[in-house]
Amino acid sequence: MMPNNILEFEKPLIELQEKIKELQQFMQEKDLDIGDEIMRLKNRAHKLEQEIYNSIKPWQILQIARHQERPNTGDYINLIFDDYIELHGDRLYGDDQALIGGIGLIEGKPVTIIGNQKGKSTRENLQRNFGMAHPEGYRKALRLMKQAEKFNRPVVSLVNTPGAYPGIEAEERGQAVAIAENLLEMSDLAVPIIVIIIGEGGSGGAIGIGLGDKVMMMEYSYYSVSTPEACAAILWKDSSKAPEAAEAMSITAPDLLKLGIVDKIIKEPRGGAHKNHGKAASMLKKEILHSINELSSLHREELLQRRYDKYRKIGSFTDKFNNAQSS
Amino acid sequence: MLKDLFGKQKYVTVKRTKEKTKNKDEDNSLWTKCRDCEEIIFNKKLIENLMVCPKCGYHFRLTAWDRLHITVDEDSFKEFGKNIKSRDILDFPGYQEKYEEARVKTGLQEAIICGEAAICGYPVVIAIMDFNFLGGSMGLAVGEKITLAMEKAINTGKPLIIFCTAGGARMQEGMVSLMQMAKTSAAIKRLNKAGVLFITVMTDPTSGGVTASFASLADIIISEPGALIAFAGPRVIKQTINASLPEGFQRAEFLLEHGMIDMVVERKNLKDKLSIILKVHAAGVSNDA
Repeated sequence: MMPNNILEFEKPLIELQEKIKELQQFMQEKDLDIGDEIMRLKNRAHKLEQEIYNSIKPWQILQIARHQERPNTGDYINLIFDDYIELHGDRLYGDDQALIGGIGLIEGKPVTIIGNQKGKSTRENLQRNFGMAHPEGYRKALRLMKQAEKFNRPVVSLVNTPGAYPGIEAEERGQAVAIAENLLEMSDLAVPIIVIIIGEGGSGGAIGIGLGDKVMMMEYSYYSVSTPEACAAILWKDSSKAPEAAEAMSITAPDLLKLGIVDKIIKEPRGGAHKNHGKAASMLKKEILHSINELSSLHREELLQRRYDKYRKIGSFTDKFNNAQSS
Repeated sequence: MLKDLFGKQKYVTVKRTKEKTKNKDEDNSLWTKCRDCEEIIFNKKLIENLMVCPKCGYHFRLTAWDRLHITVDEDSFKEFGKNIKSRDILDFPGYQEKYEEARVKTGLQEAIICGEAAICGYPVVIAIMDFNFLGGSMGLAVGEKITLAMEKAINTGKPLIIFCTAGGARMQEGMVSLMQMAKTSAAIKRLNKAGVLFITVMTDPTSGGVTASFASLADIIISEPGALIAFAGPRVIKQTINASLPEGFQRAEFLLEHGMIDMVVERKNLKDKLSIILKVHAAGVSNDA
């Protein structure tokens, strides 16, 4: 039987793997000697696996990033942090279930964790609004970050959203200003901020909790100025050209590392974190710990200056490429 | 007086009608059809009225230079950063052509002009965005020029005024565009710490990454009547919720009502209003600083 939620491009591989399983069972039951055949198929599967994942396309990565079984913020919190306590509410309007946060321990060190939370089922997704926060989500995140600053705790931000919610109430309550204020305050928050794009890094909704000292991407995540679907619809009036847009927009971890937008790529289990939550979490945990140790040794002024410079330099190199000089 | 300044900019109407070749009615350099009430307005009259429909008060969009001319004192403008251009950082299909097209069409190097100027004698740093240049979108050059304007304001202590208009972040520069939101917002934090006055005037339309960064972070936010101000554009919202939007949704008056902006000011009063704010502010700034 084929597992659920197979991505189209992995189908040949999964089918082959299923076939091997079947044959192995068959061999045991009938006590047949088809070991050579199985070995041959296994080799073929291995080769196929390499072919598929070594030449993976941005559009395919995006599909993995959106995979229903991909670990979400809540999963990583459970797998990485001890004694996690969720905290609720923005003290202004409400509690946004699409953006969660709280405090916990990582190897005994206290941290504040914030992150977009998607659901696992349709029902939970309705409750979580598919990980698309309203202003109160961003304001809750800011409240928790300010609290982290008060107690000198590093902030770990797990980004996983298709975008901030585009809806009537979100606009009425100031979606734009909520995101803008987070950017303003995060640029100067006096504790280390470690950001990891764990799945979808959707535009303003992502950067609204995504400004930090160290910004990392999971191997099969994407980070984009808009969804490729929206980009294709706006620029080419054809949302079915989304795969081409995904290609053109440079949204994958290696592309963004090259552009200097992110600092590091965190490896995932072959084929994506959804294939092995535990392993993905331990890889993520290692990098979070490493970043906390690295950043905690910096003095406040140095930390903030470095953070400012990190963003200040993005785009300050314009004259190098078009022979124009700033006057 | 304003009329005289405006008179210099003969291309105002020419440009406007050129853009609208779709509509035969407007493809005439003598008169323009109001986009709102459809009144036929003589261009001379429209220019005298600062590109506001005399019948219904609809505020036509202005080019950056026209905006500059009706806002700052004559001969006071000293431009900086004028040669800063974006670049095709991602090798994005069609971007270079579109960029060149925009430059030819607008005569601008980018979707924004920046400089030092005076408003009723009060020195300011001013930045004005232009929607005609790739939808006023913020790519690395716009982000860089805005940050430079902020740094100029910090270094000189002069109030910073930004006239905003944008469709959002510039898609063709991908994540580099999105990062300009972080860059400009971080610069505002420094501006705030330096105690520099920051005013934004959100003009039609201001949306996306521009609204969700520097445009919303000013000490005082002004808008013109009827200006669309949004995070997500109305079309996107309509698609998402699959329902029609309330009357006046995301217009300047709606934002005022919801506490998102300080005031809605008609174009003809805008310069005066700015000068009063600058006057009150200047009265509090010690001379020996």
